[in-house]
Amino acid sequence: MYSEKVIDHFTNPRNVGEIENANGVGQVGNAKCGDIMRISMVVENDIIKDIKFKTFGCGAAVATSSMVTEMVKGKSVDEALDISNAAVAEALGGLPEAKLHCSNLAADAVHEAIKDYIQKKTKV
Amino acid sequence: MKRIYLDHSATTPVDPQVAELMTVYFTEYYGNPSSVHFFGRQVHKAIDEAREQVASLIGANPSEITFTSGGTEADNLAIQGVARTSVKKGTHLITSAIEHHAVLDTFKYLAKNGYEITIVPVDEEGLVSVQDIEKAIRPDTILISIMHANNEVGSIQPVAEIGRIAREKGVLFHVDAVQSLGKLPIDVNQMNVDLLTISSHKIYGPKGVGALYIRKGVRISPLVFGGSQERKVRSGTENAPGIIGFGKACELAGQRMADENIELIRLRDKLFDGILAGIDHVKVNGPRGAKRLPNNVNISVNFIEGESLLLSLDLVGIAGSSGSACTSGSLDPSHVLLAMGLSHEVAHGSLRLSLGRQNTDEEIDYVLQELPKIVKRLREMSPLYHKAI
Repeated sequence: MYSEKVIDHFTNPRNVGEIENANGVGQVGNAKCGDIMRISMVVENDIIKDIKFKTFGCGAAVATSSMVTEMVKGKSVDEALDISNAAVAEALGGLPEAKLHCSNLAADAVHEAIKDYIQKKTKV
Repeated sequence: MKRIYLDHSATTPVDPQVAELMTVYFTEYYGNPSSVHFFGRQVHKAIDEAREQVASLIGANPSEITFTSGGTEADNLAIQGVARTSVKKGTHLITSAIEHHAVLDTFKYLAKNGYEITIVPVDEEGLVSVQDIEKAIRPDTILISIMHANNEVGSIQPVAEIGRIAREKGVLFHVDAVQSLGKLPIDVNQMNVDLLTISSHKIYGPKGVGALYIRKGVRISPLVFGGSQERKVRSGTENAPGIIGFGKACELAGQRMADENIELIRLRDKLFDGILAGIDHVKVNGPRGAKRLPNNVNISVNFIEGESLLLSLDLVGIAGSSGSACTSGSLDPSHVLLAMGLSHEVAHGSLRLSLGRQNTDEEIDYVLQELPKIVKRLREMSPLYHKAI
């Protein structure tokens, strides 16, 4: 049911973890629906220098989290904000229909982390 | 890769003896059992034998067995059949919160169509209380439907006691025994059962065939009308190879059950003990010991989600199932686990491993070696784990 790319990202997820000195953190989903994604990132001069994820969820949730970290690492926050959940799914070679809504939130988590970064930046 | 099948509550392989017997009824003995000629009579006789084999496993008379397309149809036939036949007596039916969807969804359909239903709760081990059933009975109650053993958590219900009360109150009693057939002794008379659902493919028989036991004298209206087969209760040309295979599977189950259960219980408890010793923050779902099916293991692994657990197990060759929403096709996790009071979060992390007659000690050892590694990996990825530890 999952593409080879999804299985690859699920089996060998990229950028797993939590960055302690992150200046942008975002979390989406809830345990009730079965998916939580947490993104932490280090942004310097509006460029995402480092990013890590932690995810509680199904295979698709893990794979999309892993994929999105690869997609935005080294990009500017503006470029990262342009990446949608659909683009992440597409980069993975597609997701099963049932997974497109519930487990495809990784880009949202990145966007939340960027919002957090911008808020912190404007406060300083 | 070595593959280990631990999903026998979903379905079982067909026993080679069953498959061999069935083959000739596709190609050589292909007559329609309703036909008068030799070809028909030959098959008719074999179906009669199968009916005896099935009846014998549940302590019934062969004339009380109606073959169906499986457990789902038998549940539907029992519940809808009683509802339609007994509508003048009453329109109230009782069931439990942990029934199979074949029962629960039929009840919900009836509730939308003028019937009243009571769904009794279960305790934290997934057991129905006899008192709750007794309290729910009203003068207009026409049917109580309670499963013998739960398909997800293996909890064995006090069906004999419920049957006794139903009999006292003059209410018909239906039991879905799909998971218990061939694993627990069943005697429809001792259990005071009026209708009993059983299925072939859970006991090493073919898919697409099951049966409803209907106690002599109990009248139910059919769901399917046509050529008057199965004493007019279930029309349609008989699935002869399937029925004959089901009969053989029942015969084998009766012969093997006692010995097989000793082995299943040993492997089940080895699996439970090994998991609980090797992984922290694990909850056993359902009772342990004698109130649990011999072949059922169900746990919730906290902080991780069931589908990612299943996927990881599958990647190392282990086949199981989960009550996670992702595997149920709905947004909610298992209704059984929720009814037992589990939080959504813990229910999402459930894993069912159901044993069968071919599983070995080596296979269980392999699961006990792989599962902790998988859990560790998924927990390291989980945002819930760090916070909780």
